[in-house]
Amino acid sequence: MVDGYFPSTFEEALKILNEKDVVIYAGGTDLMVRNKNATSLLPTFNDDLLYIGNLKELKEIKESTNDLEIGAACSLSSLLIEKEIPEILKEAIRQIASPAIRNMGTLGGNICNASPAGDTLPVLYALDAKLKLTSRNSSREVNIKYFILGPRKTLLEKKEILESIIIPKAEFNKLYYQKVGSRKASAISKLSFVGLAQVKDEKVKDIRITLGSVAPRIVRIKEAEDILVGSNLKDIESKMGDVKKMYSKEIVPIDDQRSTAVYRKIVALRLIQYFLNIEIRKELGI
Amino acid sequence: MNKTITLKINNKTITTEENSTKRLLDFLREDMDITGPKEGCGEGECGACAVIIDKELVNSCLVTIGSVQEKEITTVEGLRGTKQFDILEKCFAESGAVQCGFCTPGMIMAAHALLSKIPKPTESDVREGISGNLCRCTGYNMIINGILMAAKRGDGLW
Repeated sequence: MVDGYFPSTFEEALKILNEKDVVIYAGGTDLMVRNKNATSLLPTFNDDLLYIGNLKELKEIKESTNDLEIGAACSLSSLLIEKEIPEILKEAIRQIASPAIRNMGTLGGNICNASPAGDTLPVLYALDAKLKLTSRNSSREVNIKYFILGPRKTLLEKKEILESIIIPKAEFNKLYYQKVGSRKASAISKLSFVGLAQVKDEKVKDIRITLGSVAPRIVRIKEAEDILVGSNLKDIESKMGDVKKMYSKEIVPIDDQRSTAVYRKIVALRLIQYFLNIEIRKELGI
Repeated sequence: MNKTITLKINNKTITTEENSTKRLLDFLREDMDITGPKEGCGEGECGACAVIIDKELVNSCLVTIGSVQEKEITTVEGLRGTKQFDILEKCFAESGAVQCGFCTPGMIMAAHALLSKIPKPTESDVREGISGNLCRCTGYNMIINGILMAAKRGDGLW
């Protein structure tokens, strides 16, 4: 019968991970659903659990001149009350599930669960977040866009733990987040949209657009963003057709119980258009 | 690997040799006979199993007992006898917030957790606070009224 390991330090957790076959358990909100069993029977875990949710080292938030480093086991709710956390990340977190789930669910868990509908992912892609992956003998930093390989598949090696999420500081004066779900609370996204921009002197200086739940991985197209940088209103209008075509190629949603591919694609493209036409326009003062 | 698990439930310290992967909900109901928390969906959608752990609302169906060792676990039974519970109980009754009653323990815990954080909530705070709790009888308005009434009457208690 499976049981659990209760390391008291991160070091100890890495040691156990190095020696045993375990399932890493932080908040448990996804794992417990995935391993759900009949009432009063034990969840269906195949390996012992390695409890990392209470490790102090994984619950810290550190700020430096260029970065913000968030411990992977910080609960989603705990991030809502931290001043340094980027507002766009807070906006996405507020719309995740319900208070009780946000109290247990962790940022690291939302990433490692690697669901195409993970609601913090489009934000972290847009912010160019890096992930610190640590094993007993090594540590590496990987950009989140390389970390997630597909639904439920990540680069995380068997002996590694996601230790922290590193977010480079950046200035944006336009933040736009939209989650499309069937209801307000406890909805899994049909799709989600993140638009960030820095608009100055009537020109777009920096722009990031990401979309969740419309492809096996989060959609972010650097080439499209590069085309938009430096644009004024007129330029945006003339580039709209080309830009939408670029996104249209990458937006390849599926039909599932939550929504249809057609609906997702139409709404995703309209959100891009809305962000560029209306939201950015507001910032340009017209 | 640890063999015994220590839990603090409703101000009592309990040690058990149960498997650490056992759900807190099952441990409460079957080992402790604490049947306030109910199993509705068993996957975090309905909130009928909600308890408070270290001041935070948590679905007891989604946590293993191993993950909540050494933390303060409060169920609706543990709230009983407090002034806050008295007020919530009366306000829920007066506003018609209890019909079949299945969601009520979870609703009371959600209300208590909310008022502990926001003693003077707006209606939208209340809606957000109970957004993880399903009720199929009342249509929610009566529950929201009950919680707003409790906030008013319990002024200074939370």
